[in-house]
This record gives sequence, C-alpha cells and structure tokens, in this order.
Amino acid sequence: MAELKLMKGNEALAEAAIRAGVDAYFGYPITPQSEVIEYLMAERPEKRTGMVVLQAESEVAAINMVYGAASTGKKVMTSSSSPGISLKQEGISYMAGAELPAVIVNVVRGGPGLGTIQPSQADYFQSVKGGGHGDYKLYVLAPASVQEMSDFVADAFDIAFKYRTPVLILSDGLIGQMMEKVVLRDQVERITDEDLIKTHGSWATTGKTNRNRNIVTSLDLQSEKMEARVHRLQKKYKQMELEDLRYEKIDCDDAEYLIVAYGSSARISQKAVEIARKKGIKVGLLRPLTLFPFPKKQLFELADQVKGILSVELNSGQMVEDVQLSVEHKVPVEHFGRTGGIIHTPEEVLDALEQKIITHGHFRNHKTRESSIL
Amino acid sequence: MDILEIIKPENQVFCKTKLMTDATLSYCPGCGHGTAHNLTMEVIDEMGIVEDTIGVAPVGCSVLSYDFMDIDMTQAAHGRAPAVATGIARTWPEKYVFTYQGDGDLAAIGTAETIHACNRGENIVIIFINNGIYGMTGGQMAPTTLEGMRTSTSPYGREIENMGSPLKITELIANLPGVYYVTRQSVHTHKHVRKAKKAIRTAFENTRLKKGLSFVEIVSNCNSGWKMTPNESNIWMEEHMFPYFPLGDIKVDGKLK
Amino acid sequence: MSEEIIIAGFGGQGVLSMGKILAYSGIMQDQEVSWMPSYGPEMRGGTANVTVILSDERISSPYLKVYDTAIILNQQSMDKFENTVKPDGILLYDPNGITHHPTRKDIKIYQIEGAKLAAEMDNKKIFNMIVLGAFLKIKPIVKLENVIKGLKKSLSERYHHLIPLNKEAIDTGMKHLKKFNIEKHIIHN
Repeated sequence: MAELKLMKGNEALAEAAIRAGVDAYFGYPITPQSEVIEYLMAERPEKRTGMVVLQAESEVAAINMVYGAASTGKKVMTSSSSPGISLKQEGISYMAGAELPAVIVNVVRGGPGLGTIQPSQADYFQSVKGGGHGDYKLYVLAPASVQEMSDFVADAFDIAFKYRTPVLILSDGLIGQMMEKVVLRDQVERITDEDLIKTHGSWATTGKTNRNRNIVTSLDLQSEKMEARVHRLQKKYKQMELEDLRYEKIDCDDAEYLIVAYGSSARISQKAVEIARKKGIKVGLLRPLTLFPFPKKQLFELADQVKGILSVELNSGQMVEDVQLSVEHKVPVEHFGRTGGIIHTPEEVLDALEQKIITHGHFRNHKTRESSIL
Repeated sequence: MDILEIIKPENQVFCKTKLMTDATLSYCPGCGHGTAHNLTMEVIDEMGIVEDTIGVAPVGCSVLSYDFMDIDMTQAAHGRAPAVATGIARTWPEKYVFTYQGDGDLAAIGTAETIHACNRGENIVIIFINNGIYGMTGGQMAPTTLEGMRTSTSPYGREIENMGSPLKITELIANLPGVYYVTRQSVHTHKHVRKAKKAIRTAFENTRLKKGLSFVEIVSNCNSGWKMTPNESNIWMEEHMFPYFPLGDIKVDGKLK
Repeated sequence: MSEEIIIAGFGGQGVLSMGKILAYSGIMQDQEVSWMPSYGPEMRGGTANVTVILSDERISSPYLKVYDTAIILNQQSMDKFENTVKPDGILLYDPNGITHHPTRKDIKIYQIEGAKLAAEMDNKKIFNMIVLGAFLKIKPIVKLENVIKGLKKSLSERYHHLIPLNKEAIDTGMKHLKKFNIEKHIIHN
C-alpha cells in the first residue's frame, strides 16, 4: 500500500531510490544534498534490498564507480551539488558516449566557484546544453516538489534504460531541503543477475559467455565510426523530443501573460499567478518537467495567445534563451531571477511581470519593430 | 612431411593464446604490453574464469587492450579504472575484476582512485605497467620517469628539484592494510615472463579467495619513447629501472616482506 | 483554510522541530503542508528559521515574503521578520533577550515567556512546545489530539515516554499567553 510521509526532498529521493530497486549508489557529501547519502547509510539498504551504498573518495571517483556498475547493466545512481557536478562532468560525458544508463542528481546551489550553499538554478546551461565535453545531451527532469523528488527516481531510470543514456534530475537547495507530504511508491524488487544478463546481455560487460565479447567504450579512433556514434546519440535525443517531453500548464487557458519556470521557481511563480489573478491580471504558468526535451512547440503556440512571456529562474538568465528560441520573436520575452542564493518572492515575480512585460511590453515591442525596419 | 600432418594437434608445440583476438597488436615491436596481455589472458583461460571476468582498460597505450583481449571489457576515463572496477566489483561480488593501467594513468592522474581503491581493499586485481614515460601521447614525462631521464617534457632530463622524484607508488600502496598482495615483475626474458605469470595467477587466485586487493607491477620498456632499439631498451631497463624499481614480492598474504 | 507561518530564533531553540511538529499535525488532519528551513551554517548555532504552511489546498510557493503569523524567539529575528507579518496578522514572541519590542499597530502582538517557563519546569528542551502551545491558543489551526499524533509520528519510539511532558508544556504555553499592547506597553493576560 502507498505510504504517506513527511520528508525532506533529499530524503524522499533517497528512499525512492531504495524502493525503485536501485542496485547501487555512489556518492560524496556536499551541501545541500548530503541528506541523500546520510539517509541511505542510515537505512542500511544492503539489508532491505541488497542495494550497495558507498561513500567514494571524491565526486570523480563516485561517477566512475557509477560508470563501472552501469557498464554491467546495473541500476546505479549518484547525487551531488553544483561544484561536485562539475567534477562529475568527465564521467557523465563518458557515459553519454559509451551509451550507459544511469541517474545523476544535482541539488543545485549558487555559483560560480564555491559560490554559496543556498538554492540556485544557475546550472541550467550545464544541465541542458551538454555539461561535459562532446556532442551529447542529457534527459533532464526538474522536480518542483518533494513528491516529484520521489517519483522522478523511477521515472528517470525508465528513461535511462529506454535510451541507454545518463539522465539528470535537476533539483535545487530549496526542493532538496524542504519537507512536504509524500506518497512513497511500493518497493520494486531488484533485478536478479540472471534476468539482468538476459535483458542486457547484448551490451553489458557481465563476463563473456557463449557470445561475442561485450565492450563498453566511448572511443572510436575511426572518424566514420565516431560520426555514426554521434548520429546514433542525436537520434535518441530526437526520439526523446517526440516521445518523452513532459510539462504542466497552469491557468494557461485564458492567460494574457505567461510565466515559464521550473523547479522551485515554478512553485514561487505559481503563487505569483494566484496573487495576479486576485488582482485581475490573467497570468498563466508553463512549467517544464523536462528541461531537455524542452516544450518548444507548446511555447510557440502559446506565443500566439499571450502578449508577453517572463522566464523566471534563480539565475542571471539561462532558460530564457530557450524560451526566446522557441517563440521565434512572436512576443516579448524577458527574464527575471535573483542570484547568489537569494530566492525571489512571489511578490517580486509579479512586480517583474508587471514592469518588464505588462507595462513596457507594448512599448518595447513597438520599438523592436521599428529597429528591425531600420 | 605434408603440412597437414605437421599441423595435427598432437604435433602442436605452441598456439596463440586462446583469449587473445586475431587483431594485430598496435604496440611497438619489443614493447612489453603484448606479453603482459598474453599472460593475463592465459591466466584467465587456465583458471577457467572467462565467463566471470570483467576487465577495465585505461587511457594510454593500452587504451585499446579490449581490441586484443577476448573478454568483456569496459574502457575507463584517464586514471579512473580503479573507481570503475570498484563499481563493478561492488555490484558483482562473485566476479573477477581487473584493471590494466600504465604509470601515467595509475600514478599521476589516477593517484586518488588508486590509493582509495587499495585502501578500501577492493576485491580486484590491478596490473600496473610501469615504463617510466607517457608512450601514447609521444614520450612525455611520467610520475615514474627516472632522475635525469630525457622526455619531451623534460628535454634536459628530469630535475628532481623542479619535477620531484620518481614515484614509487607500489611501495606506497603496499603499506595500506586493504592491500593483500603486491609484487613487482618484468616480462623481458623467459625467466621473468614465467615469474610474472605466476604473480598474475596468484593475484587472480586472491580474488577467488576474496582476499582483497592484489597489485602486480610490471616494469617494462618503451623503446619508442626512450629512443632506443628494443634490445637496448631492455638493457637500459635492467641497468637503470631495476635499481630504482627492484623486482620481487613486496607484500605477500597481507604481510610486508 | 491556509496558514502561512515563519518561526525564527537561535539554532538550538527547537525552531525547526516546532515547525516539523506543526507540519506533522497538519498531515494528521489531512492538510497539505510544507516546511522550508533556512539551512547551512545557521543550523550550527546561529539564527535559524523555518517557513511552515498548512493548507486545505495544494501549496504553491513554500517560500514567502509575508506571513499570517510570525513566531519570533530572538532579537535578530524580530528585526528581520516584524515587518513581514501581513496586516491583521499575528506576531508571537518570547520577550527573553528582546530589547526592541515590536511597534506595529496593524497586527496583533502576543508574548509568551517560554524561556522563563521552561526554566521553571526545569527542562529547556520543552521551550518550543510551550511556545507552540501559546500559538495554538491564539490560532487553534491544529487540534491538540493531532499534535499528539504528529509527535508520535515525528519522534522515534524511544522518546514516546516524553509525550506527556510535551503535552504539559503545550498546556503551560496556552495558560501563560499574554496580549501585548504596544502603546501602553501593558501586557494583558
């Protein structure tokens, strides 16, 4: 039976990992995500399900342990926060190249550098534009509640194994640290070694039986082969766009203005929408649940309906570029966001909407047209 | 005698190692890698453990070792092989997992992964090929490059005061309690090849017995990088490498020698 | 019903756990809840605060600028949060260590001498439950039985024997709540 609990986002994610039948977690402590490994260590998952939990010597080692276990077809994950995720990028790039399924969680804090331990969404570019070196993308899920921190673990593994690709859960300090009610999913049995070999025997390095040897590598010294590999990856990303895009529309039906926001910013923006509607301003919210694939078509269509769009993010303007690309200059698109670990309030979001879009929207739109004529 | 009679099984005195593929080795003539590959594959074949063996390839000359070893292999990022092997060994505790790494990979960029996998006593085998130079990238200085040795990044010879001393990583990790077996071998003569094979066998037997980490260093040559003929390089190795990296067992059955 | 609360004080005063007990109590009566703490170095001895929301509907933002109620337990928090109380909202504070008392006329201000009462009861750990009792006297948003249920859920079993003591602390808080008149600086019982 589904179980109701009050949990922190980080704890819910850790519990969900055990319940999703994950085989191994390799991590390294960093604020604000340390609760993940702390919870797992305290829960003794090796006794509950046989799940392996290991504190690695570094984020670099942790992601490479993930690489190793993933190359054998195991369901394996890691988590960290921004500076640690930067360290993991090497391993993530290798996994994308070697086509390995794995789940990586980033509970984002402010940067650059050591930055701040407070919440941020400054890792958007890193998450959706590749992150590490090379021609690849990650499937990126953006939870906006403790419930989604829990649900997205199993969802992420479904995608990881469907496409044999690393999947990123892009959370932040706010979602990771807050507590909410969460309905936990039922325990899923871990796959047996026999079933794993049957299911993933065509590629996983589980030991050569009476088949050709399996090799997991991201290396192709022949350019034609490497190009074929890159094409194969790009085909997956196209398929993700067609089959696995996720988003939520809130109060969009009659909206004259639109806010686009994900994760914690979406929660704050939803409150801004509530306040706006009480004031008689018809605002809607488009919340991408996946940041790659991105709801490009939905934004393109909404641009015919609304007078302007505000991209609300806890950064200096990152997702706004994708919003602008999606709406193709049909309506003004602006960005609003606090940085440095400061969280914008719903009132600030509404003020920004009023000032950047509602008040100046028409004027600026007019000006843009003039300058385009010149 | 007809050739068909000569190749009858009863007349066979030598055959290619069963677990080596037919791919032509990409190593320079005279390089020790081919022999070290052969020995590793022979041991796995003789122990009958191919179905349960997973190898981890490094970055370096042996990055393509998976082209030559006919077993399941995963290719690791530069220096990360011990972490990759940890991930495999922890999720497949009944398997035989080994890494095959060079000196730059294991003792420079991967020092942390090496030391911590050793310290945790992961139940794996590490085969460490030490030729004192970065071969694949064109002969740059390695952590194990000897004092005074010329490389493309130490063109006037390794200067200790600037560049530090050659790193004896093998002696270093031998001191860690998680490490069960440490030995230093070479593969440049028949006698040494036989000893090296015995060492590799011991290492894999330790995995079978779940004894923890076994570490086999093979001091090897790099005639291309050292700018010598194969024979010259073997002589130079005996005269210069062996005094600094003496051959023999360093830790057996968990006890330092 | 929706109640948006900020609880703020020193780390170690039980600010976060008071919020947690409120959140648990909300769950016990089938409400939506959110608990958003300040975190990091603050948790290790400095100031700590937590935003708690109890609502009959889905909660949008867990992070707010203004609150229905502020429960304030030190001077820094008074300086920071007095102005965040919505007009007609509630400010409940412990006067212990407060040098600048609240001055707003458009909100309802209450005092609870939690630190003093806890000292009298010879148990510093029940300080936050005394304050919680005072708050529930002003706004009975959760039933006492649900607080007890919430306590049972949030405390591990080896601490369940402390529940009667916690209930006593809540009662004490309810009994000793005082209304604060800013103009006359008169405290009504």
